[in-house]
Amino acid sequence: MALYSEQVMDHFRNPRNLGAIEDADAIGEVGNATCGDIMRIYLKINDEVITDIKFETFGCGSAIASSSMATELIKGKTISEALALTNKAVTEALGGLPAHKIHCSVLAEEAIQAAIEDYRKRQESKN
Amino acid sequence: MAKIYADNAATTKMSRRAIDTMVKCMEEYYGNPSSLYEVGQEAQEKLTEAREKVARLLGCEAREIIFTSGGSEADNQAIISAAKLGAKKDKKHIISTAFEHHAVLHTLNKLEKEGFEVTLLDVHENGLVTPEQVEEAIRPDTCLVTIMYANNEIGTIQPIKEIGKICKEKGVLFHTDAVQVAGQLHIDVKEQNIDMLSISAHKFHGPKGAGALYARKGIVITNLIEGGAQERGKRAGTENVPAICAMAEALEEACEKIEKKTAKLLEMREVLIEGISKIPHSILNGDKEKRLPGNVHFCFEGIEGEALLLLMDDKGICASSGSACTSGSLDPSHVLLAIGRPHEIAHGSIRLSLSEENTMEEMPKIIKALEEVVTYLRRISPVWRDLEQGKVEHII
Ligand SMILES: Cc1ncc(COP(=O)(O)O)c(C=O)c1O
Ligand SMILES: [Zn+2]
Repeated sequence: MALYSEQVMDHFRNPRNLGAIEDADAIGEVGNATCGDIMRIYLKINDEVITDIKFETFGCGSAIASSSMATELIKGKTISEALALTNKAVTEALGGLPAHKIHCSVLAEEAIQAAIEDYRKRQESKN
Repeated sequence: MAKIYADNAATTKMSRRAIDTMVKCMEEYYGNPSSLYEVGQEAQEKLTEAREKVARLLGCEAREIIFTSGGSEADNQAIISAAKLGAKKDKKHIISTAFEHHAVLHTLNKLEKEGFEVTLLDVHENGLVTPEQVEEAIRPDTCLVTIMYANNEIGTIQPIKEIGKICKEKGVLFHTDAVQVAGQLHIDVKEQNIDMLSISAHKFHGPKGAGALYARKGIVITNLIEGGAQERGKRAGTENVPAICAMAEALEEACEKIEKKTAKLLEMREVLIEGISKIPHSILNGDKEKRLPGNVHFCFEGIEGEALLLLMDDKGICASSGSACTSGSLDPSHVLLAIGRPHEIAHGSIRLSLSEENTMEEMPKIIKALEEVVTYLRRISPVWRDLEQGKVEHII
């Protein structure tokens, strides 16, 4: 038995939506180097719809694969749909994670929330 | 894809000689060494031979060897025994280091809860403790100094003989965890002033689940396992004769080869260290000279260790790391923290540990794979982006 499912290894080896967006409408970052996993998510948003998404992750296999899967799950979705994304949904889409690796995947959900919060703030300061 | 196995500090492949010995034992010496008929006594004889062999290779007497289930049990038994002896004389202070194996650290934690006081010596940035530190830490109520011979992560070799000398002068028991050293360097417990020493067969091409504790005669050993009178009443349970015989054979083979093997390992190690040092913002952990001949250990800035290992595995290279995510705890390796590496750096480490099974041809492959993987992981790392853009300063 391998540590990770095939889906996790696929997303870890071939992460989707990898990279940065220079003119992002929102950026969310969670985690810190002290605890070992950091995720940064960049969003382009048009009319409440996430039109583009990219991520960068410093972290383990679980962290990288969760970031990749989470971005796939909310790309093209509305902000409220993105906010409804749970860690559980990410984990399930990955075919499960070892119990001690769940905490690394929580960051994906949190990073998305942080990015949307950033978007809201930017909207407010515009108005 | 041909695998490159570079994790010999985790465990080694059994040698042909050890396997043959083990199989022969299973087939021919299957008796219980405690039985008095011939089949049993033959097994007893094999056990005696193995004990004499191990004793000779460590420089002690056969009756000073207790066979155990491995390094962890030997460490536990040595420390618990010394603590018991100390407690009788109201000496409840133990000295160790911050970067011991958990078999030692967790046993010490347990003793602390029982009222012992433990001083963990700071380890210098080069991965060494000095005899002077030990001398300064010894108190009238110190009952034990336990310091590993060589560290299992960064491979640094401690001045064991000198530390032993101080302990002897001060009348304090000295135990050393030599699990990473047996079969790598010549050990002579008498000459090196060692009172107790732990070894584990699977680290020197022997089987898993076999080890030994050397305890100088006169030291009263406490049983961890109660039952029959095996191991002179110090460790109950029918002896694992095949594994014990294979361990003795493996240790003999490893010791016979030390000179030749060391030369080869040093050459490979230096090629690896030189090649890996060229990766920007990397740093070698542990003293450059005073380290095990097969140990290479690096930290890389901006990346995390588990991802590094998984991608190395994809390239057919088995290595290990002190990263938190591989162990399930959030803290990075206590060894790297003990030598003062900040958390950010400690997360991104790799240990490559070679044996004579490795070849020089493998070294450039390891270096190339590592370069590629580190470059890739930095490219996807937000930490690296910040470092490169000058938002955060490089530490190494
Ligand atoms: C330094 C050290 N001590 C103790 C042990 C434990 O040995 P074993 O696996 O035989 O219990 C190991 C190996 O994991 C080790 O490297
Ligand atoms: Zn993680």
